[in-house]
Amino acid sequence: MAGPDLRLGVDVGGTHTDAVLLDRAGSIVAKVKTATTVDVTTGIETAIASLLVSSGAAPERITHVMLGTTHATNAVLERRGLERVAVLRIGGPATYAIPPLFGWPEDLRRAVSAGECIVNGGAEFNGDELAAFDGDAVRRFVGSLPDDVRHVAVTSVFAPVLAEHELAAAEIIRALRGDHVHVSLSHEIGSLGLLERENATVLNEALVGVAQAVTSAITQGLASTGLAHAVVYFAQNDGTLMSIADAVRLPVLTIGSGPANSIRGAAFLTGVRDAIVVDVGGTSTDVGVLINGFPRESSFGVSIGGIATNFRMPDLVSIALGGGTVVREADGVVNLGPDSVGYQLTERARIFGGDTWTVSDVAVAIGRAHFGSVGVASSEVMARALAIVDEMVADAVDRVKLSKGEFPLIAVGGGSVLLSDKIPGISEVLRPDDFDVANAVGAAIGTISGQVDRIYQTSSRTRDEVLDEARSEAIAQAVRAGADPHYVEIVELEDIPIAYMTNPAVRVRAKAAGPLAGL
Amino acid sequence: MLLDADTLRAQARGCGILGAGGGGSPAMGLLASLRALELHGPTTLVDLDDLPDDELVLPMGMVGAPTVAVEKIANGGEARWIVERVEEVTGRKVAALMSSEIGGANGLFPMEFAGALGLPIVDADGMGRAFPEMPMVSMEIAGISPSPCVMSDERGNVLIVHPADGAWLERLCRATAVAFGGRAVSSEYLMSVAEARTGAVRGTVSLAIRIGRALDHAEGDPVEALLREVNGFRLIEGKVVDVDRRVTGGFTRGSAQIDGLRADSGRQLRLELQNENLVALEGERVLATVPDIITVLDTQTGDAVSTELLRYGQRVTVIAFPCDPVWRSEGGLRLTSPRAFGYDFDFRPVEEIHRGRA
Repeated sequence: MAGPDLRLGVDVGGTHTDAVLLDRAGSIVAKVKTATTVDVTTGIETAIASLLVSSGAAPERITHVMLGTTHATNAVLERRGLERVAVLRIGGPATYAIPPLFGWPEDLRRAVSAGECIVNGGAEFNGDELAAFDGDAVRRFVGSLPDDVRHVAVTSVFAPVLAEHELAAAEIIRALRGDHVHVSLSHEIGSLGLLERENATVLNEALVGVAQAVTSAITQGLASTGLAHAVVYFAQNDGTLMSIADAVRLPVLTIGSGPANSIRGAAFLTGVRDAIVVDVGGTSTDVGVLINGFPRESSFGVSIGGIATNFRMPDLVSIALGGGTVVREADGVVNLGPDSVGYQLTERARIFGGDTWTVSDVAVAIGRAHFGSVGVASSEVMARALAIVDEMVADAVDRVKLSKGEFPLIAVGGGSVLLSDKIPGISEVLRPDDFDVANAVGAAIGTISGQVDRIYQTSSRTRDEVLDEARSEAIAQAVRAGADPHYVEIVELEDIPIAYMTNPAVRVRAKAAGPLAGL
Repeated sequence: MLLDADTLRAQARGCGILGAGGGGSPAMGLLASLRALELHGPTTLVDLDDLPDDELVLPMGMVGAPTVAVEKIANGGEARWIVERVEEVTGRKVAALMSSEIGGANGLFPMEFAGALGLPIVDADGMGRAFPEMPMVSMEIAGISPSPCVMSDERGNVLIVHPADGAWLERLCRATAVAFGGRAVSSEYLMSVAEARTGAVRGTVSLAIRIGRALDHAEGDPVEALLREVNGFRLIEGKVVDVDRRVTGGFTRGSAQIDGLRADSGRQLRLELQNENLVALEGERVLATVPDIITVLDTQTGDAVSTELLRYGQRVTVIAFPCDPVWRSEGGLRLTSPRAFGYDFDFRPVEEIHRGRA
């Protein structure tokens, strides 16, 4: 018997659960697409069982399981399963002007907040003490909380520079409430920008229960399919992995993992490290950018469920265009969507004998794609509809680019057969085999990263010294998280001088990544 | 007029437009003033003609590094500590606060300060736009002294400085902001209501509100609605194709290139920046220059795109509109003409450059 030599990548999306088996060489041994189930476990069991049958592989051969899920995102959007969180800010007297959760949608605030408090403390941008840490005030706040409150989110001013006061508060909270209290600390979650980092930290803590439920459902699914021995990792929003323990502790970091996985998968399937990636689904299309093998991240914080946050997500342009997008014509004017038949494509589209004209019908009629069971004839209206499709894609591609010049484009996702081979500003369109499971492949790649985002004083040290320190810190973090120390490398390094300061200071962002050790 | 939540939101959009690409984001100032509104009720916007001649008007704003201000938001007591010291030092009563700079973040923060103090805010400011340096205010041109300058941090530290002139105001305030940990609230060029009537740029808060409302209620093209409100000119509609930005001497400098789209297809515009948009050029031809207000708008929404947020691929419309006449005076041009920013050409009013164009 061969092995142990396989790893399993699973992407649990809103409608489909995709799964792939990769061998040591990175070749795809088997793949499957099944419907996502409400209880998660059943869907995963079905996908794994089907992979094991089609590959003929024994479960013992699978060493690692990598998962991408959208549960955290959906829980916030639907305000479902969220924990009640006590919100502690260490930022007096510097931040009283805007209290925690100010400006949150009222329903979400009601669902999440178990009380809010600002106590003295925090750091200056150079790590000096902003105000003495008021531990007694923390004790009073924690003491005032109802007994059933088991979640606390802690955010202190300039925690990305110095986290001391957050750590001190966590110690006090644990001493008072014992081991059953769960605490999120902002310096582990977001970068500069107090309010956005605080929001992300509160959301993170609110998602802990959802994360626990998902991980236990998945562990159960693995156990019942003979995979209890496999080491489990979760995909996060930069396309790298975190341990199951971190996924439960930092669930908010999984929120952008879907698009990140498809971009990383596209890189893996083509071997290209710099490209535009277009992921066409049934309802929408995400256009992202691959730089040095990783998704380009947005330079501004993203809003989730109406809340401003500042953790970094893949920089995407999303358009309402997919294989199921409905095509209409009235008085000679052709319109696309924004509605889609979605997962009902195989029932409602004309090429499957249905009664609705979709973008898929158009692509088949014009001869760009070849699928379906019923022939459809080409027409003037269809030619115009396809021209609109091409224009929407070209526009999105152009928006996502950061400079002039031509780039290759990688087409992934089930609907990507709709894409033209000629797109303005694109040197060539790459269509990898297994384009339809790029998400699951992206999860299975198995890269671990470490990040630093800090302000450094440059009056007493040279820029190179500062950059060196940031580099080694990012590498050390990646290794701590499980990266192979022999192969970990710096994949991103950026220094931004800080405006309006007489003392020179610079904000440095460094990111190191490497393959999972022992893979 | 009472500044309710809708009015403050409209004002924030307007302050973005009046920022000429700089001045920082009004977003946090908006949150702070909405919070003050929740706690203290709406602030009253007053005309200088409705206040007693010899009482004081206090221009106020945040100074320091935006990177610090996103962490150390504000205590909310800064304005109170400043007003108490000013009344003590001058022995005079403060009648109202004023925004020192209507463009960008400082267009909104004084609304919070006034709200927390229960003082009215005057319908005026020191610039009618945003500028990079503290002495670039109409009060400097009117001969009003920057002294005393009263600064406060979030802990209640208050520093009273008596700068000899505008240049020293800039140096001493920056240094103080750094000593305070990167940001401070500052009041300078204190003046009587009578002096403010001629020394300040008047009507700018209500202008910002009108601009925001024009965008809020635009039927059809928001850019068109905005141009009508400010008597402005559309320099180009296009796409950002290149941005070159670096920080030197504490300022963001650089340029951006916009290629025309639709009716402007084939044209090319180059924007030169130093925190704010300074000059718009088409080839050798100057289309608009500082101190007139050059603002880059998101073509779809009409909202301002600040210089730090400019990036490749954005669909934008660049507009320019006349600055307050004070900047076109001899004293105004000495401080803020293209030559004051290192260019070797003179200021020409935007409406003169575009005479005959709608």
